[in-house]
Amino acid sequence: MMEIGLNHYLILSTILFAIGLVGVMRRKNLLLLFFATEILLNSVNIAFAAISHYYGDLTGQMFAFFVIAIAASEVAVGLGLLIVWYKRHGNIDLDSLASMKG
Amino acid sequence: MEKYLYIALFAPLVSSLFSALFTATPKKTFTGIIASLLIFSAFVSSSILLTHILGGGEPIHVEMMTWMATGDLYIPFGFVVDEISVTMMMVVTLVSTVVHIYSIGYMDHDKGFNRFFSYLSAFVFSMMILVMSDNYAGLFIGWEGVGLCSWLLIGFWFHKESATWAANEAFIMNRIADLGMLVGLFLIYWNTGTLQYEGSFAAFAHLDTTTLSWIGIFLFIGAMGKSAQFPLHTWLADAMEGPTPVSALIHAATMVTAGVYLVVRSNELYSLIPHVGLFIASLGAFVAIFAASMALVNRDMKRVIAYSTLSQLGYMFAAAGLGAYWVALFHLMAHAFFKALLFLGAGNVMHAMHDELDPFKMGGLKKVMKWTYIMMTFASVALAGLFPLAGFFSKDTILEAAFAEHHFVIYSVLLFTAGLTAFYSFRLTALIFEGEERYKLFGIHPHEAYKYMLVAMSPLLILAIIAGAFRTTFFGMVEEILGAMEYHIHSHVTLWIMTIGTQVFVILAIMYAYKKYNNAKITVPDGTSAMENSFMYKLLLNQYYIPYAYEKYIVVPYREMSEVFWTHVDLKIVDASVDGIAGIIYNTGDRTSAMQSGNLSTMLKWMVAGLLGMLSLAVVFGLAVRYSDEILAILSGLGV
Repeated sequence: MMEIGLNHYLILSTILFAIGLVGVMRRKNLLLLFFATEILLNSVNIAFAAISHYYGDLTGQMFAFFVIAIAASEVAVGLGLLIVWYKRHGNIDLDSLASMKG
Repeated sequence: MEKYLYIALFAPLVSSLFSALFTATPKKTFTGIIASLLIFSAFVSSSILLTHILGGGEPIHVEMMTWMATGDLYIPFGFVVDEISVTMMMVVTLVSTVVHIYSIGYMDHDKGFNRFFSYLSAFVFSMMILVMSDNYAGLFIGWEGVGLCSWLLIGFWFHKESATWAANEAFIMNRIADLGMLVGLFLIYWNTGTLQYEGSFAAFAHLDTTTLSWIGIFLFIGAMGKSAQFPLHTWLADAMEGPTPVSALIHAATMVTAGVYLVVRSNELYSLIPHVGLFIASLGAFVAIFAASMALVNRDMKRVIAYSTLSQLGYMFAAAGLGAYWVALFHLMAHAFFKALLFLGAGNVMHAMHDELDPFKMGGLKKVMKWTYIMMTFASVALAGLFPLAGFFSKDTILEAAFAEHHFVIYSVLLFTAGLTAFYSFRLTALIFEGEERYKLFGIHPHEAYKYMLVAMSPLLILAIIAGAFRTTFFGMVEEILGAMEYHIHSHVTLWIMTIGTQVFVILAIMYAYKKYNNAKITVPDGTSAMENSFMYKLLLNQYYIPYAYEKYIVVPYREMSEVFWTHVDLKIVDASVDGIAGIIYNTGDRTSAMQSGNLSTMLKWMVAGLLGMLSLAVVFGLAVRYSDEILAILSGLGV
């Protein structure tokens, strides 16, 4: 049986990152956009943890905790705004958010 | 004593600024009166300074403030009153005072009355800086200042096409010459490290002759422009478009003599390079006869006097070139008096004749304009150089100097010119004041000028008569600073023959002029007489066709060249590239502004695209750095 090494984790991380990136580009629903962002952040977390373990250095895992904490707070703020938006406009479609048009 | 220096220098500035306050308002007589009083105070201060210098006082040297101090360059606003500058200050302030008072009457009905006094006083201020500065940089500032005021005053009646044209011509010709002067100044600073007169004169003694010659030549080019020497002479005659008091002050008595002043001031330079001096003298003699010949036939009263000014400037340069600096300065002074008088008289005649300038249309004016007649006659006699008027002493000394220096060609040219001078001066007075009253045909009713104008002119009349008496005093004053020497013709008999011969020659010329032009047969020329169709007459009347040649071979080709450069170089290369860059940026902005749709999804896509772009660049550069040695080897193999 093949041993699972650093490369496998990094490949998993890359695949997850690509999925997240596509999600960020393609999704029109604001809620799903948040999901895609979470996937991006977690792919990075996987890479952090794996590399940290590989080098035997805890710094990377600490960074992963920071990322989780920040992601949680980001989602908390983002969801709050999202709810306000939904109450006002009745939808959370990305194409309707165009007030920044230059 | 310093306070008199400051009064003499700054009273004209105050006067100019004061008059400038009223330029936008209708005529106010008091601006003229106050300007005249301020200029008069400058004159009084100059007189006090003159008595101080004459009494054997030390030259006054003040440094008002530092102007430029960077590295080794140090140029102060310094002013000096020594024997040379005090002479010039006297001439400038005296003639200015007279001209200011005269102008109150002359410009009486002009809308630009206040403006005129502002310009005129600004001119006096610039001229004072020019003559009083203790360094070449200050002299240059004054030099440019008088050039500017000359432009303003020639083009004073700017609604006249010819006046603006003449003003521009004068300005541009002077700029050409000023470039030469500027090169001269750079050479002085480069070789001596200073522009102060004292410092640079001391350093000149250690320089080699070639360098000194170049400095002398370039400075003289500047003098040629300001003093309208050949080939930059055409502007002076055209400058007669300006009001007559301006012609008297600027284009006869003061500004045009600045070139002579420059040569006299730099006498320590020019005495080291006698070959350049000889060139100056030869050019001066040439201009003397050249200008006098054009004055013989001209039918414009003011132009005749302008050519005569040109001719007399030639005399001054002849004297200065031969090393007789004090004679040049003395002739400058005497000439300022009688030439300003002549011009102001011509101004009276112009007023009486309703701006008619052709002397053939005048005649018999002595009956109505007795005082102008007397003044102009005396001025003409002084100009012709008859004993005992001012011109006799100054001009005869120039002739003696040329003779004593054994430059007989210059001597004979100048002697012959003296005859021409006498002829054209009295041709003019005879045509204006004697003979039939031809003006009646044109329905003109002449009248004498205001009393106070005549009174204002009287100091000039007195000086034109008696200035010769100051010759010994003047010589004693400038003897030391100009290294002056009396010119002694070895035998007394030669001297007497020369003097009397010159006088007889001049008197004969005057009599011939009177005989020819003081008779009842003179009519307004209509281009049919044999003389008017002769080649010489046409040549002289058309100023040797020099203005035409300038027009045809310089102005027109230059204009065509400029048009070519405009349409082909400026529009197609310079403008096109500037517009092109602007266009590219503008279009890029125009096209890419579609990106700013405000749609979050689109923006995120662009963000990802940018991220990928930067990432790939980072990879490419990272690889390039890692394999730089191999890449360089491949490139050198390709022969790059």
